[in-house]
Formats: sequence, structure tokens, C-alpha cells
Amino acid sequence: MQKIPFDAARYRERVKQRAPKSKTLLFCLRAFWVGGLICCVGQAVRDLLDYCFPLTEDELSAATAIILVFAGGFLTAVGVYDQIGAYAGAGSVVPITGFANSVVAPAIEYRPEGLVMGVGAKLFSIAGPVLVYGIGSSIIVGLVSLAFGG
Amino acid sequence: MAGKRRGERSLIFPTRPHVVSAGSVAAQNEAAGPLGSLFDMVLEDDTWGENSFEKAERKMFESAVRIALDKAKLRSGSLHCLLGGDLLNQIVSANFAARQLNVPFLGLYGACSTIAESLLIGSVLVDGGYADTVACAASSHFSTAERQYRFPLELGTTVPPTAQRTVTGAGCALLSGKGPMGGAPFRNIVVTGATIGRVVDLGISDASNMGAAMAPAAADTILSHFGDMEETPDDYDLVITGDLGRFGSSMLLSLLNDHGVDLTKKHLDCGNLVFSTKQKFNSGGSGCGCPAITLAAHLLGKVEIGEVKRMLFLATGALLSPLSSMQGDTIPGIAHALVLEMNREAMGL
Repeated sequence: MQKIPFDAARYRERVKQRAPKSKTLLFCLRAFWVGGLICCVGQAVRDLLDYCFPLTEDELSAATAIILVFAGGFLTAVGVYDQIGAYAGAGSVVPITGFANSVVAPAIEYRPEGLVMGVGAKLFSIAGPVLVYGIGSSIIVGLVSLAFGG
Repeated sequence: MAGKRRGERSLIFPTRPHVVSAGSVAAQNEAAGPLGSLFDMVLEDDTWGENSFEKAERKMFESAVRIALDKAKLRSGSLHCLLGGDLLNQIVSANFAARQLNVPFLGLYGACSTIAESLLIGSVLVDGGYADTVACAASSHFSTAERQYRFPLELGTTVPPTAQRTVTGAGCALLSGKGPMGGAPFRNIVVTGATIGRVVDLGISDASNMGAAMAPAAADTILSHFGDMEETPDDYDLVITGDLGRFGSSMLLSLLNDHGVDLTKKHLDCGNLVFSTKQKFNSGGSGCGCPAITLAAHLLGKVEIGEVKRMLFLATGALLSPLSSMQGDTIPGIAHALVLEMNREAMGL
């Protein structure tokens, strides 16, 4: 039988050297301004709510989050958020609107497989890890705080 | 061993099966590319009125076969065999299309190499006298491939520059063992040889860089083909690969260069033909449909009119699954090659 006529390690090295690289600085700048803008919008929403309604600090935070999550979900549903994401990368993933996007996108995607095993089972296929490790680590922090913090 | 083998893994087809017809179905992004005007059918909407992308893809597969049959003025009942596949789990697009077509069917999976695998086996069937008329088809759909291999469509993600875009399209070529047919669009194209690919894995594990993962398989098949057939690039007008894309193509040329084979002037890649660089799909097109529609809509026509007299057509496949990727496996590649040429009579020989 013929041998594969190529040196695997040398090939991998060559691919690593020659592969076109992502423009990291450009993507950082995009992430910064889009992410910053989303946060500014969030702050504006909060200030506006504060101005218009007599809400406590906690209620203001909750109301702002609700509005931003709705906006993220809405923009996902009308097919805009994925375009923002393709441009801004982490800038649109990190804010809470990105979390909404990661839940609504599978909801749309898996609708043809039905409401139970489609939407129901796959809803958190992207956001799931965030929930698992977010809630998991908060439990650990809580236990540590209970044991040592009093 | 029988006299139709050459070297380690190449075959010749002495009866020279004819490619008599082809059909192609594509979507809007493909229609906006350089080959846009050549497709037999372009979908307005990539769901094609169905309630899932998967249903649309199988309809595309079926339509590509029907178009190829219609153009040759044949009925599906005259098909002795349908060969083909797609990218989806259990090749559902091909299986469900075959259910509608109701013909003898062999489902194949070679990832994006499927169209070449189909044509190779089809030529063997025809040359061996086991079939007179064989349809070889393959399909892929951007939206079905994304959800199977990557993320939901509406999720905002960025892709690296080596990533390729899955072509939404289905292509079919009809082989005939009885020479050119009365009403068929192609009269001059014959399949004269093939080289069966082997699985080559040089340890690339980045699923966003499939071109680099498949390039070694393509290089391996090309080198074996030239060795087995005792040929050189000078024997061909064109060596065309399936979906290596821009970066994968450059890696293929560099691997061949290491072995003293210079294909720079002879090589093209379907992934680079189907989308223009202006369309910003990073490294180019990919998917079973990429070589299938490029062959059906563009390349066969070139051979028919003699613009390309002899062509080595390779389709390359990345044999990964989402599971193998998640388990950290590297990406095995495969490439099958076919010799498509203008028949001697047409060249006046």
C-alpha cells in the first residue's frame, strides 16, 4: 500500500503560518463601540424610566433588563440581531441583549421539530452553559460566603 | 486483476460512458454569483414554500434530477439507477427525493465529495453493462447545514476568514451507456477514467478551516492519479477541485509543489467559482451542492463545446460530524477524481 506522501506536522505548521488571520484589532474596536452603544442605550432606558416612573433601584434594574431582553429578542425575530452579531462579535454577545438572542435564535430554529422536543428541548442549547455554570458558581460562592462570611 | 484497473487505485472506462444531460437548482446568493445566469432553476426563497429548510432541500434534490431528465426528454422510469447523497444525517434529502422519484436508488455519503463519488460509481455501473442510464446527484443547503454543523441561523456570531459558506443548491448529471441520445443537451462529453480517493487526515481540527483539512486528500488523489495513469498536468486543460475555497486551494498547490507538480495555471476550485470575492463569503463556497451545481451548470458545458477538452474533476469531502468535532477528533478528508473529456469524434479524431 502507498504511504501518505505528506508530513503531517510540517503541514499543520504551514497551515498555521499561512492561514489568513482574523483582524483582531478591528473586531475589538467594533465590539467596543457596539457593546458600548448597547450599554449606553441601556443606561438611557434606565434614566428615562427613572424620570417617568416612581421606581426603586431594584425595580429600575429589573425594568431595564426586561426592556433590553425584549429588544434583543425582537431584533432576533426580525432578523437584525444576527447581522449586528456578525459585525460586532462579542460586543453584541456580552450584553443582556446577546443572552436574549441566544435563547430566541434556537426557539425560531427548532420550531419545525415541534413545541416539546423542538423548542422546549433546544431552547437553552446555546444559553444552557451560561446558566449551568453561572448558577453553579453562584451556589458555590453562596456556600463559601455562608461558611466564612457569616 | 481485470484490465480496467490502472496502478494502485485508478480505473479506466473503455466503453466511455457519456454525460448526456445535467440539471441544477440554486438559491439567491448563488444566483448573485459569477455562475448565476447558468442555473436551470433559481429559488426566490430558500424555503421554497415548505415549512422547513430540510423539506426545501429534498425538493431541490428531486428537481435537479427531474430537470436533467426533462432536458434529455427522458422519464424517470427509464433510469436504471439513481446515485447520490447530501450532508444531512442519514442523507435524508437524497432518500426522501428518491422516494418521490421511485427509481432504483443507491444512497451515498462522501460529504462534499458525493457528486464525484456518484459519478464514479455511476460510470462503473454503465461501463460494466449493469445500467444504461444513471442519474448522479448531490445537494446541500446553507440553512440545513448551519443548524446541523454550527449554530442557529439567527444567532449573532462572527466567522474566521478561513470559513466557507455552504452552497444552497442541487446538481445532477445523467450518464448514458448508449452514447448521445436524440434530445439530450450534451453529445460530446465522456467519462474515461477515475481515481478512488482514500481518507487522508493530517491532523487539522479547525472546523472553520475545512479547505486546509481537505487539501491533503485532494493532493494525494491528484498525485496518485498522475502516477497510476502515467500522466502529467500537461495531459489536462483543467484540474478542478470541489470546495477547497481560496485558502484550501493555496494549500493544495503548495503540497503539490512539494512533489514537483505545478498546477498553478491549470487549477480552479468550484468554491471560488460559485461565489465572487465581492460577496464576502470569506474563503468561498462549500457543501455537496458546490461542486454539483458548478459541474452541472458550468463545467459540463465547457467540455461540450470543447473549451475544455480534458478535465480532471475532483470533489473533496470533509468526513467530520458535529459529534467527532466535539469529541476533539481531527478532520479526515477524501477526494475522488474523474476524467471528463470531449469525445474523439467531436474533436474530429
